[in-house]
Amino acid sequence: MDITGVVYAAGIVGIVGLLVGILLVIAAEKFKIEENPLVGAVRELLPGANCGGCGFAGCDACADAIAAGKAPTNACPVGGPEVAKKIAIAMGMDPGAGDFKQMVAFVKCAGTCDKAVKKYDYYGIKDCNAISVVPGSDDKGCEYGCMGYGACVKACKFDAMHIVDGVAVVDEDKCTGCQACIKTCPQHIIALVPKGQAYKVQCSSHKRGKDVMSVCQAGCIGCTLCTKQCEFDAIHMDNNVAVIDYEKCTGCGKCADKCPKKIIIRADGVQLAAC
Amino acid sequence: MQELLLIAVGAALVNNVTLSQFLGICPFLGVSKKVETATSMGLAVLFVITLASLICSLIYDHILVPMGLEYLQTIVFILVIAGLVQFVEMFLKKSMPGLYTALGVYLPLITTNCAVLGAALTNVQEGYGLVESVVNGVGISCGFLLAISLMAGVREKIAENEGIPKSFQGSPIVLVTAGLMAIAFCGFSGLI
Repeated sequence: MDITGVVYAAGIVGIVGLLVGILLVIAAEKFKIEENPLVGAVRELLPGANCGGCGFAGCDACADAIAAGKAPTNACPVGGPEVAKKIAIAMGMDPGAGDFKQMVAFVKCAGTCDKAVKKYDYYGIKDCNAISVVPGSDDKGCEYGCMGYGACVKACKFDAMHIVDGVAVVDEDKCTGCQACIKTCPQHIIALVPKGQAYKVQCSSHKRGKDVMSVCQAGCIGCTLCTKQCEFDAIHMDNNVAVIDYEKCTGCGKCADKCPKKIIIRADGVQLAAC
Repeated sequence: MQELLLIAVGAALVNNVTLSQFLGICPFLGVSKKVETATSMGLAVLFVITLASLICSLIYDHILVPMGLEYLQTIVFILVIAGLVQFVEMFLKKSMPGLYTALGVYLPLITTNCAVLGAALTNVQEGYGLVESVVNGVGISCGFLLAISLMAGVREKIAENEGIPKSFQGSPIVLVTAGLMAIAFCGFSGLI
């Protein structure tokens, strides 16, 4: 066996490898990224779902912003107070500083199959955003209501959204407040509410009372009875629909008692029945 | 000049690297969900293949052949390609972090993209010189860029289509599409 052949072969491969290695070292120095060590620490603490609920492109971007001081330590709605506390400690800040209130999504519609009037039978693509471009909108009579075709269900990464009886319903225990559903809903009827909020108005219709009644049995008719009941100035009419100010609401429930349409619901209250 | 043009057109269309030689299928199926990332992937591959063709041709002609070590071509080519891909990765991480995250694992996987090694080996097999090698490399990678961009365009439409039978959803319909595209590319075979 000729040993020189082996030596040449090994030598050539070795030299080529060495050259490539040296060039890469030079390149690595040239393209070095100066990363704030805090970014890595904060990124470790974030949940890593990349849901975008914080308003940044993902957990990496959120960590960047927090470390740079552009976002508060409690910027992550999914991680909640625990993560906020850990991040504050990692950043060398007072953990109590970021007061955190867990928000959850809430669908402002009670137009279930039996309560909402159907204006036609829809056989097209089963997706709210596709239906929203159909002339005359979805098959429900009310143009403000939940279509019930589950764009929010698809958007939810936490299995917290479900279509029950033709209306999207949020599972408050699973909801992290990431707002993915809010962003996708073509009807814009999903909003963030404080978790455990006692009373919520389950209607978004801006129509007048008579028009609401003609399309849905569970719609706000704008009678203003609730606003007269409230002792805390926490419920007002906004363009024919009652809106609760969650800061002022004490959860006494007088508005819900008076509501003739029973669309101000209790947190632990009426569950929607199956179709 | 005419010969170079023939090499380029032949590599890009007639012998399209993905659709008629079935090289580089991994990124072709993996990163073709969005036109934007697919095009970026194609451009990254274009950069790597062009440089790899150039460097590999130089090494082969001036080091391996004179020393009678042609049998080392695969190992040395892989070494060069791996180095180039590392370089592209560093460059993208620094200058285009968004694209870097979008390409994800498929970026380092260009190393094992057989289209790249395929280009370098074809150059040797066909006995191309330096200029011909580079032109062939550009042709091959343009073919890849074309194929992956077209595929991404089709897949964006597929994603919106709700009428696909359940058993065909996901990968099956993509593979069927790839097959149909390959058949369509057969139409170029009479070009040269």
